[in-house]
Amino acid sequence: MSKAKRGLIGVLVLAVVAWLAPGAMSADPIRVAYIDPLSGPFAATGENGLKQFRYAADQINRAGGVLGRQVEIVPFDNKVSPQESLIQLKKVIGDGIPFLFQGNSSGVAHAISDAVQKHNERNPGSRVLYLNYSAVDPALTNEKCHFWHFRFDAHADMKMAALTDVIKANAKIKKIYVIGQDYSFGKAVADAAVKMLGQKRPDIQIVGNELHPIGKVKDFSPYVQKIIASGADAVITGNWGADMVNLAKAANDGGLKVPFYTYYAASDGVTAAIGAAGVDRIRLVHESHPGNPDAPKPLADHIAGYKKLHANNDINQARIHTALNMLALAVKKAGSTDADKVAAALEGMEWTNLSGDHVVMRPDDHQLLMPIYISVHTNKGIKFDYDNSGFGLSLESKIERDKATLPAACTMKRPS
Amino acid sequence: MSAPAPATTRHVEVAATASWTHRLRRLGVWLAAGALLLALPHVVRNPVAVPVMNQMGIAVVFALSYNMLLGQGGMLSFGHAVYFGLGGFIAAHVLNLAGPGGLYLPVPVLPLVGGLGGLLFAALFGSFSTRRAGTVFAMISLGVGELIAASSLIFDGFFGGEEGVTTNRTRAPLLLGLEFTTDRQVYYLIAGWALVAAALMYSFSRTPVGRMANAVRDNAERAEFVGYSARWVRFVSFCAAGFFAGVAGGLFAINYEILTAENLGLNASGAVLLMTYIGGIGYFVGPILGAVVFTFLQSMLSDYTGIWLLYLGIMFLATVLFVPAGLAGLIAMHLPAWRAGRLRTLAAPYALTALVALVTAAGVIGLLELVHFVVSTSPSRTTMRLFWMTVPARTLAPWLGFAAAAAAGALGVRWAAPRAAAAFAAASRPPGAP
Amino acid sequence: MLELALFSLLNGLVFGMLLFMLSSGLTLIFGMMGVLNFAHASFYMLGAYFAYTLGASVDFWPALLLAPLLVGGLGALVERFGLRRVHRFGHVAELIFTFGVAILVEEVVQLVWGRPAKSYEAPAVLDFALFRLADNAFPAYKGFMLLVAVGIFLFLFGVFTRTRAGLIIQASLTHPGMVAMLGHNVPRVFMVVFGVGSALAGLAGVIAGPVLGTFPGMAQVLGSIVFVVVVIGGLGSLTGAFIASLAIGVIQTSAVALDLSLGTTAASLGLPVDGGGALQDLWRVTIAQVAPMLPYLLLVLVLIVRPTGLFGTRET
Repeated sequence: MSKAKRGLIGVLVLAVVAWLAPGAMSADPIRVAYIDPLSGPFAATGENGLKQFRYAADQINRAGGVLGRQVEIVPFDNKVSPQESLIQLKKVIGDGIPFLFQGNSSGVAHAISDAVQKHNERNPGSRVLYLNYSAVDPALTNEKCHFWHFRFDAHADMKMAALTDVIKANAKIKKIYVIGQDYSFGKAVADAAVKMLGQKRPDIQIVGNELHPIGKVKDFSPYVQKIIASGADAVITGNWGADMVNLAKAANDGGLKVPFYTYYAASDGVTAAIGAAGVDRIRLVHESHPGNPDAPKPLADHIAGYKKLHANNDINQARIHTALNMLALAVKKAGSTDADKVAAALEGMEWTNLSGDHVVMRPDDHQLLMPIYISVHTNKGIKFDYDNSGFGLSLESKIERDKATLPAACTMKRPS
Repeated sequence: MSAPAPATTRHVEVAATASWTHRLRRLGVWLAAGALLLALPHVVRNPVAVPVMNQMGIAVVFALSYNMLLGQGGMLSFGHAVYFGLGGFIAAHVLNLAGPGGLYLPVPVLPLVGGLGGLLFAALFGSFSTRRAGTVFAMISLGVGELIAASSLIFDGFFGGEEGVTTNRTRAPLLLGLEFTTDRQVYYLIAGWALVAAALMYSFSRTPVGRMANAVRDNAERAEFVGYSARWVRFVSFCAAGFFAGVAGGLFAINYEILTAENLGLNASGAVLLMTYIGGIGYFVGPILGAVVFTFLQSMLSDYTGIWLLYLGIMFLATVLFVPAGLAGLIAMHLPAWRAGRLRTLAAPYALTALVALVTAAGVIGLLELVHFVVSTSPSRTTMRLFWMTVPARTLAPWLGFAAAAAAGALGVRWAAPRAAAAFAAASRPPGAP
Repeated sequence: MLELALFSLLNGLVFGMLLFMLSSGLTLIFGMMGVLNFAHASFYMLGAYFAYTLGASVDFWPALLLAPLLVGGLGALVERFGLRRVHRFGHVAELIFTFGVAILVEEVVQLVWGRPAKSYEAPAVLDFALFRLADNAFPAYKGFMLLVAVGIFLFLFGVFTRTRAGLIIQASLTHPGMVAMLGHNVPRVFMVVFGVGSALAGLAGVIAGPVLGTFPGMAQVLGSIVFVVVVIGGLGSLTGAFIASLAIGVIQTSAVALDLSLGTTAASLGLPVDGGGALQDLWRVTIAQVAPMLPYLLLVLVLIVRPTGLFGTRET
């Protein structure tokens, strides 16, 4: 009895001490909150993102900071849970931090975006800006758009528009199989694929449109057999995490050789886990130059510098650099950290990112417009690999910004 | 275990004829709890405190409802979040219907809607799952939990897919001019409902059916001989538990204005089991303590360490192994000593053991954090912050230091614990006994 | 179409036999000790991770033997110093204890091996297609998995019917008191059975890791399905576990091939379908889509109709 009793008391005492200990309260730096998973199964992604944010912030600080102040990234762990995210959001607001970044999971993004909008409407005195660097549900900048949300990644439909452009140019593809996780993102990918392929290549046959429960499939072999039986020339999937790795492995084991067009089949362990099973088969649609075979100089320097600090992590979201620098520039332009003023400064802002691309924050829906890249998973000619695995992404094609831009579908209400 | 039937009837009588002073004292406890709840937001000044207390209030109602099954009814459920979540979803949908030109439904009534939703589904699933107790019940609850969690991602129309269902509490019509824009206003609503729900659940445990639930838990066969259908008693308990889980879900809908699939998933069901058990399933206040401690650790520990779940797991296992009666049991254990006025004699031996235990804990935590650091960061980073120190994690010294602290502390515990136990035994001896 | 059916069946068989390796240990542990061991799949995960680490330093083949032994030893320790202690607090406490062990193992695995999936690969010797049919390939490694599983089945069968130890275990399943009277150390039998059950789970992890992935969530993914198998088969019944494993393996894989939904079925029968309302999704969902959910549906249905499971004799 007594041993555990003491253990419990110890934990309780620690917890109380932790509660009473004041957080970093120095008012001097410009604090930027980072709400993403830092524990649990998705922590690898969240921790790597945090490191990339801090790396970008250090660069800004070395160059003199913003308005003479340093930029400080303050991490909050949301365990990819909408409920936890809202608790952490309250902490952010309570601490008086005006900016917050979040990216993992569109479900969480919706929860935060909605809560930020409600908070800002109800509390004009303590408004916050939600800067979304990775959640790609199109609705966030369409029907659910609002003035205090900005997105720095290309959303799922933009990526699909680019992908279908590539498929359109490939006359060899006649039959396509769409497979995805049975939830909003998987469905959004499937719907967009069917719709856009119908417009661009009506001759292509969708031979399968499959949704499987998310995170519940133990063995993907039956799905692979179905794809083989359908005679598909290419597969489109929005799968991520274990569902992506296992699909790729089952495809390799089952002898399925056709290309897989994916959104999230790289880095944070996925590249290493797919390994040889994905060579020349897995393709990724993303927003930045993959770094291979010839990276633009600023990107190469950025990756090399990061690798020196964090040998086990990769720059897999170059948009983090873009997002933080655009925020810094907006604060500089606004001359303050007031959420409304900074938001106004961000609208229409232009920026040249690490890939050398000219990107624009569209005022109509707060969606960053950018070119889109399609890369292939390979171990040939890889200078910057992922997961130190020798495998990485190599550039296959690039769709310019004007081609990858979709019309805005947002009625933006601005605070008077 | 022996002769539960007569014992139970006697209890019912006692409850029914509880003397005046007894009732007055019980009323005093509830009034004191209410006063404490009213005062809390004025005492705790931390800006994050109110949102965390809101979360605690919801967890308290949920955990209490879970203990109606596990503690009072002996039914181990792995799917209790189903009723919390479904109640919450229904409340959120109803709140969306409310407002100008819509339904007249003020926010304070909403938890009742959630409760009715929980009750509805509890009656539905309970109709077949409460036919048996024990493993069969547990497994059906697991199956139902998995099925509902899976369908929540398939049936977009009701569950809103991954984004869930959002709502807005400020659009609902006002009752007595009560507005709910700030967290503090919501706090009073949650505190009020939590108090009422706790009082109702307590009263339920005193009703004949509540008493019979205990009897059925201990020996269903004998309970049947008294004339009660064990299945009916289980079903009633199950429905009541579903109702209060739904109330908690309704409170959740008001507080967070969003319901997502995670609210009815297996993890949520597991969490309520953990918090109830840590608090102590044998006592009415157990789940309250468990919910408060668990919520606190869950939302605050993660600010300090990435492996907080590991600490929570260790704490949980330690509870099961060493304090199966939970936090409440730990406190109840000391009641005899308190009544005898000998609590003071425990202070010194307890403080000593606490001190050495703290040293052990610091050593173990230090070692775990070192492992975590070495595994999860790049070799180029050599120092970490640990216990307000900068530690060169990739050298031998800190490892030896923390290992030494853990070992020395463990030895200290072995020396001090028997003394504390002896002091406890001495203090708990009834007065007059040798 | 024929090859689709054949490969579905083969894959179902492989998956089913894998489930059997897990469920055989679980059902024995339950039958003997009355404990539903929530940590069983955690031992499966540990098997995969141990083999991954051992495979990197020695080789796959020694790891195939060593990893299950390590896991078995660990299991025995958990029984000896954890479960036996909790035993006196009753079955709920035991079950909750194993629940806690499952959480702890998952956290420790994340702490030691990190969160991302590990690239644990099948040995190169087995990296070829055993046979091809149309465009489908059946990997040799899956054949190997099947072989190991059948071997384990025969081994268990032999031990139970032909050896003295098997008889003691069978006797302790039903009459633990009597076995103790006869001078056998029942707690030690419990410990051995728990250890062997864990080792079997570990072995399943070693051979499944390369195919189903080696990541911290792998125990959770498989955990509840193994429960389903054991409960449907009947708690404590090896035959039941065997039949339920194969049935669930085959049902799950072949359901994936069926693109039927309520809506299309009704339409093909000429019934008008109202596609609106809150239940509109009910008409849209195909059998393939809900394939991984079918075992749970089966579980609930079996328990309603036959609370002892298909081959079980008791329901506690």
